[in-house]
Amino acid sequence: MYDIIVIGGGPAGLAAAVEAKKEGVDNILILERDRELGGILNQCIHNGFGLHTFKEQLTGPEYAGRYIDMAMDLKIPYKLNTMVLDLERKDDDTKIVHAINEEDGYMALEAKAVILTMGCRERTAGAIGIPGFRPAGVFTAGTAQRFINMEGYMTGKEVVILGSGDIGLIMARRMTLEGAHVKCVAEIMPYSNGLTRNIVQCLNDFDIPLKLSHTITFIHGKDRVEAVDITQVDEHLKPIPGTTETVPCDTLLLSVGLIPENEISRGAGVEIDRRTQGPSISELCETNLPGVFAAGNVVHVHDLVDFVSQEAALAGKGAARYVKGHLEEDINFTTVNGDGIGNVVPEKITVANLDDSVNCYMRVRSVSTNTVINCYVGDEKIATKKAQKFVPAEMVNFKIKKSVLEKYGDGELKFVVEPKEA
Amino acid sequence: MYDIAIIGAGIAGSYVARELSRYQLNVVLLDGENDVANQITKANSAIVHAGYDAVPGKKKGLFNAPGNIMYEKVCKDLGVPFKRTGSLVVAHTEREMMTLQRLYQRGVMNGVPDMRIIFEDEVHEMEENLAPDICGALYAGTAGLVSPYELGIKVAENAVDNGVELKLNHLVTNIAKKDDGTFKIETTEEDIEAKYVVNAAGVYADDIYKMVGDPYFKILARRGVYFIFDKEIGDLVHNVIFPCPTKNGKGILVSPTVHGNLLIGPDAMPVKKGDIDTTQDRLDYIKENALKNCPELEHYFNKIIRSYAGTRNTPVADTYTTTDGDFIIEESPVKNFVNFAGYESPGLTSAPASATYCVEDVILPMLERDGVHVEENKDFNPKTRPHIIFNQLSDEEKKAAIEKDPRYGKIICRCESITEAEIVDVINRNVGATTVRGVTKRCRPGAGRCQGGFCQPRVVEILARELGCDMEDIMYDAKDKGYILSGKTKNQ
Repeated sequence: MYDIIVIGGGPAGLAAAVEAKKEGVDNILILERDRELGGILNQCIHNGFGLHTFKEQLTGPEYAGRYIDMAMDLKIPYKLNTMVLDLERKDDDTKIVHAINEEDGYMALEAKAVILTMGCRERTAGAIGIPGFRPAGVFTAGTAQRFINMEGYMTGKEVVILGSGDIGLIMARRMTLEGAHVKCVAEIMPYSNGLTRNIVQCLNDFDIPLKLSHTITFIHGKDRVEAVDITQVDEHLKPIPGTTETVPCDTLLLSVGLIPENEISRGAGVEIDRRTQGPSISELCETNLPGVFAAGNVVHVHDLVDFVSQEAALAGKGAARYVKGHLEEDINFTTVNGDGIGNVVPEKITVANLDDSVNCYMRVRSVSTNTVINCYVGDEKIATKKAQKFVPAEMVNFKIKKSVLEKYGDGELKFVVEPKEA
Repeated sequence: MYDIAIIGAGIAGSYVARELSRYQLNVVLLDGENDVANQITKANSAIVHAGYDAVPGKKKGLFNAPGNIMYEKVCKDLGVPFKRTGSLVVAHTEREMMTLQRLYQRGVMNGVPDMRIIFEDEVHEMEENLAPDICGALYAGTAGLVSPYELGIKVAENAVDNGVELKLNHLVTNIAKKDDGTFKIETTEEDIEAKYVVNAAGVYADDIYKMVGDPYFKILARRGVYFIFDKEIGDLVHNVIFPCPTKNGKGILVSPTVHGNLLIGPDAMPVKKGDIDTTQDRLDYIKENALKNCPELEHYFNKIIRSYAGTRNTPVADTYTTTDGDFIIEESPVKNFVNFAGYESPGLTSAPASATYCVEDVILPMLERDGVHVEENKDFNPKTRPHIIFNQLSDEEKKAAIEKDPRYGKIICRCESITEAEIVDVINRNVGATTVRGVTKRCRPGAGRCQGGFCQPRVVEILARELGCDMEDIMYDAKDKGYILSGKTKNQ
């Protein structure tokens, strides 16, 4: 029996395994479905990763490489090309991971603890239901990224991008550098969904227009994309008649959101927070199932990989404590999103497990300046997070001291966006 | 010179080809598309109807119920997923209850078994997510679900297994009847000569017939728009839920699919042939109408994984209003030229019965009349080579499958758990997949919630390897025009 099985060998899985090993758990196994460790970072060949963690700009593969090296130095075993089909829990709380690969065939692997780090997937054209035909040439940005960066093939020459998520912005630059003509990025919201640095470095520097409050209302072309209709939207995001422009192109890239991939979690009975679409987790990333932990984009979609690694390290620590029987399970606080906040992670906090503070990650619902985020227990304001500006594209990292929580004992932490007091 | 050329490799043409392969005849199956089952057969409601809708006495009424009963065997022989779920036509008013009674009586006349009128309590006991104002329903136990394109493909595969020649990308451009009574069929690829022709060209059947004879029927393309939902809510309903039918058809249904998703649709909009685009107003219309019978859906519109449109091939006289036209399955006024046309719903359900009719009651008598002696094909095998669906195996069977072929241990499509071995198998069969959509239709990579986001690059790679070509040469669907990749990157 393994002490810990980590499902997914991307940045979250690697950081979790490394931390668990450092905490003194030896018998760990990482299961990775792809042909190498590193996850989606392997196709993110642009730089900008690791500023927080390593204080330098790394490419995706370089960032992954650092963690792969750590895992190798710690001699953590892993299996590649291995797909987990199911996670099962026995009455004695043993976990059975059902997995397959070509060499070992069908496996039922037992573990005391499991860490879920399967990442996320992209929202598709099907999910957003763009009217029109269903031709070749419609790709999610990540799929195009894989074709271009991993396989060495271009996915088109005249490109329109829907959605200003970071992968879309990165791909606007990438395809331009490869000789494609990126005509514009249409974003249905009145603000961008990507990081400011990506707007500047990937669009502005290449004179690619960003059309805010615009969406695609029709896809032309039966066999291959021939054009798309781009239409302005009103404040309710409804297309405004008479504002449609037909833009000829052969490719439509979509960067319209990411969804945590929780099929294995759901199958095992992990409770999913409908706001994040990922598991509800504790301060050390434990789900509602004892001994089942989750971290990274499978829990909630992060903006920077550095925060994925940070969160996953907590999961590694939590799983190690669970295996050793040192994990406290009494929940003292739950968290809840108040006005202006979309979601908060972790959803529950056991104060005894904290070192000196807890990082609450959250997303605001809209852009605001001259505001703060306040944290309340009941009517009492216990902490305030300040920033020049809050934007939905950037995850807010709200640190709350253990000593403050200890003062209140237990209750509900409510996070609210409020005007800055004069 | 072929004995018989069949134009159109949808469910109708392919099924006729398969039934003809029971005899020693030289048969060619032609299609203008880059795959079989690629138009009407690809996008429809995927329902095996019980048979109470069809007007008794007409071919529709004659073939629906018997066709339904034949599904069990043919789907077993060909390894096609088929589930008998039952259907409910629901009524919200007393008036609609009266319509149900008329449907019930029609069903009795058409020989439909296992039907009953049920009331409020039983409806809501059977289906917990239907609108509370539903006061009764016509239950039909024989209604079922099938994967129409998989059936179309497997029927064509079985036809080819048994000697039929399939020619794809052969779009018929003209047909000449020669002095000796045989036909010269001009296509975009080559000329095909045949003694007899079966026209099963779907929405284009009238255009094809016009090439040889004076028009006596006209086909109207009526588009239907659909949504497919994630498997997560595949059990929102257990039966196929129909509203009360109107003159425009069976209405917007809410139905499980044979693969475990949920489907809603279709509307019925007359369109130009080939226009299978969706429009915002029609997409909204489908949602609104589906909600009338299943208000619970409101919480799940974020679980939609795909919307698409298909067309029906509705036979009309001269106007665009008639929808009670019957199937046309007959030797046309042009001798030795058979029309198998106007084959709209319940065409899919009726296919086994009407193809048998077309062969035994139309084609063979025609040959006999001409003094052609037809021998049976003693080698005819009604079964296709079995295939393994990995995710349906028990743990032990999975183990054994991977031991035999390690490629069963490699999942390519995460959403539907499809292995490399399954993809390789559907490429290397008769009527095998040559395109990304072809793989999707045959074994589902790309049909799941990520819609190919993860697996498409892998599927392109496997297709290129198995077909011995470059990844750039792999098409999404249509030949040449449906390219996925536009060239190599700069440093390649």
